[in-house]
Amino acid sequence: MLAALLLLPFATDALFGRGWVRIVDFAMLYIMLALGLNIVVGYAGLLDLGYIAFFAVGAYCYALTGSPHLAHAFPLLFPDGVHLSFWIVMPLAALLAGGFGALLGAPTLRLRGDYLAIVTLGFGEITRIFLNNLNAPVNLTNGPQGISRIDPINVAGISLNTTQEIFSITFPSVHLYFYLFLAFTALVIFVSQRLEKSRIGRAWMAIREDEIAASAMGINTRNLKLLAFAMGAMFGGASGALFAGFQGFVSPESFSLMESIMVLCMVVLGGMGNIAGVILGGVLLALLPEVLRHSVVPLQQVLFGKTLVDPESLRMLLFGAALIVMMLYRPAGLLPSRVRRRELDTDEVAEKA
Amino acid sequence: MTHSPSLLQLSSIGKQFGGLSALSDVSLHIQRGEIYGLIGPNGAGKTTLFNVLTGLYQPSAGEFQFNGTRYQTGKPHVLAQAGIARTFQNIRLFANLTALENVMIGRHVRTRAGVFGALLRDRTTRDEEHAITVRARELLRYVGIEKPAQTLARHLSYGEQRRLEIARALATDPLLLALDEPAAGMNATETASLKTLLQTIRASGITVLLIEHDVKLIMGLCDRVAVLDYGKKIAEGVPEEVRKDPAVIAAYLGGSDD
Repeated sequence: MLAALLLLPFATDALFGRGWVRIVDFAMLYIMLALGLNIVVGYAGLLDLGYIAFFAVGAYCYALTGSPHLAHAFPLLFPDGVHLSFWIVMPLAALLAGGFGALLGAPTLRLRGDYLAIVTLGFGEITRIFLNNLNAPVNLTNGPQGISRIDPINVAGISLNTTQEIFSITFPSVHLYFYLFLAFTALVIFVSQRLEKSRIGRAWMAIREDEIAASAMGINTRNLKLLAFAMGAMFGGASGALFAGFQGFVSPESFSLMESIMVLCMVVLGGMGNIAGVILGGVLLALLPEVLRHSVVPLQQVLFGKTLVDPESLRMLLFGAALIVMMLYRPAGLLPSRVRRRELDTDEVAEKA
Repeated sequence: MTHSPSLLQLSSIGKQFGGLSALSDVSLHIQRGEIYGLIGPNGAGKTTLFNVLTGLYQPSAGEFQFNGTRYQTGKPHVLAQAGIARTFQNIRLFANLTALENVMIGRHVRTRAGVFGALLRDRTTRDEEHAITVRARELLRYVGIEKPAQTLARHLSYGEQRRLEIARALATDPLLLALDEPAAGMNATETASLKTLLQTIRASGITVLLIEHDVKLIMGLCDRVAVLDYGKKIAEGVPEEVRKDPAVIAAYLGGSDD
């Protein structure tokens, strides 16, 4: 398993080309995001439609503190911009995002379900609009143009933006980032697993199942809901910082509502509350658009000699169809959580009887 | 902490919902170690009183004293911490979690592990987790749930669900166990074994507050009974006296719609 994962970038490179390694890297970022959201939605049952805002907070955190950009806004203070090490910024980005998570959580404590979804959706959009407009009076975010020339991530003094030769094996930049993301994904999986099977995880699930009963059992629902928001947001912030370093460029359009919905769909499609399911959902939904992008146009050219449907609209069509099929046949996700699977099994037994 | 004989003392508790007065001027006290019954026609305010006691509602007037501490406005988790555990009239289990997990969640308030404990899983946390599981299994046996501990709560029979709620409440190590119609919908055999269970619980030193419609159960089990009607306490005393009280007879036979 580990060997297969370590060889994955080379296999992808050899079979599909270098561009696909980059796509796999992005898939890993999505997996981290989806696992973070899984804490909020899957464990604590709080429907959050603005999750991408925390990704944005993390990304802009590193974009501002690891690029020449701030030289424009504060030429005297930072003549060359700010160039902090990624390893200092990332924990701070995670903490800041966690703080934003608690900030979002605090006013929404009384809300549940649809109402919570609407408020979080608003929060996500507000964050994006802020980023879009904070280029005046002080040019903080460079508005819609985004921030570019972000420093690449360094590991042990080696910039991951370069090609490295180790033991006469050539590691291109995308391969190096793959290993970094793999390590972080492993860490996120570890944290999720440990949380799931703990006193805190059980309390979250109690809140998801019945908040009133949970509070009557002595669970401080306010603190635990804030904790869920903050923990989920921290994962989002950390992956945002990774994203900024990897891509070297951030702009508000990466943090649209559609992205929040995509991450939520990964969680729901894979199986809410189940780590393996969420990973599967992340892989499928991150790769699907790329597969379509590379196959739809050539296929139509061969079949009809011209392009009838563009991949983008076909993607939405397939996506919608997939979700409807899911709702009908696998309502708890492709890989439902342990409990939900048992639930479905017994329901089927009951139906047959 | 003062060890007065009363565990719980209610002083002139009132609760208004808009113009409707659900409780007015209810005062009563419950001694340590007794089984105290609360009866009254539907809509008399019994569950409202429960919700005030367990912090789900804030009383509009009055206050109560539990185990030496005064509460005017309580929060559910604070009162659970103080030692009041409850069950619900319409069962509120964590339906999609297992029977064992339901009881384990009850231990939340008496255990400590936080995020760092969960992540590091150090010795203290592992010991605590182990103790939680052991205690939860014990409690499942104690209330007499024979089905595997891994059964989902919603797949238990009705009687077992009622018992599981009691096990979950007991897991919080309560001083006062407040049961909202635990025998509702049970058949005679189930009610009889519930009665034995409640007597065992009382014998273990836990005070029991019981709302019940089953008059036979109340009369055979309770040391003292209070009767509520239209949000007011109309009688209190040992079951035999209360049963003969003209006001109680009027409340049950006439006056009320049901």
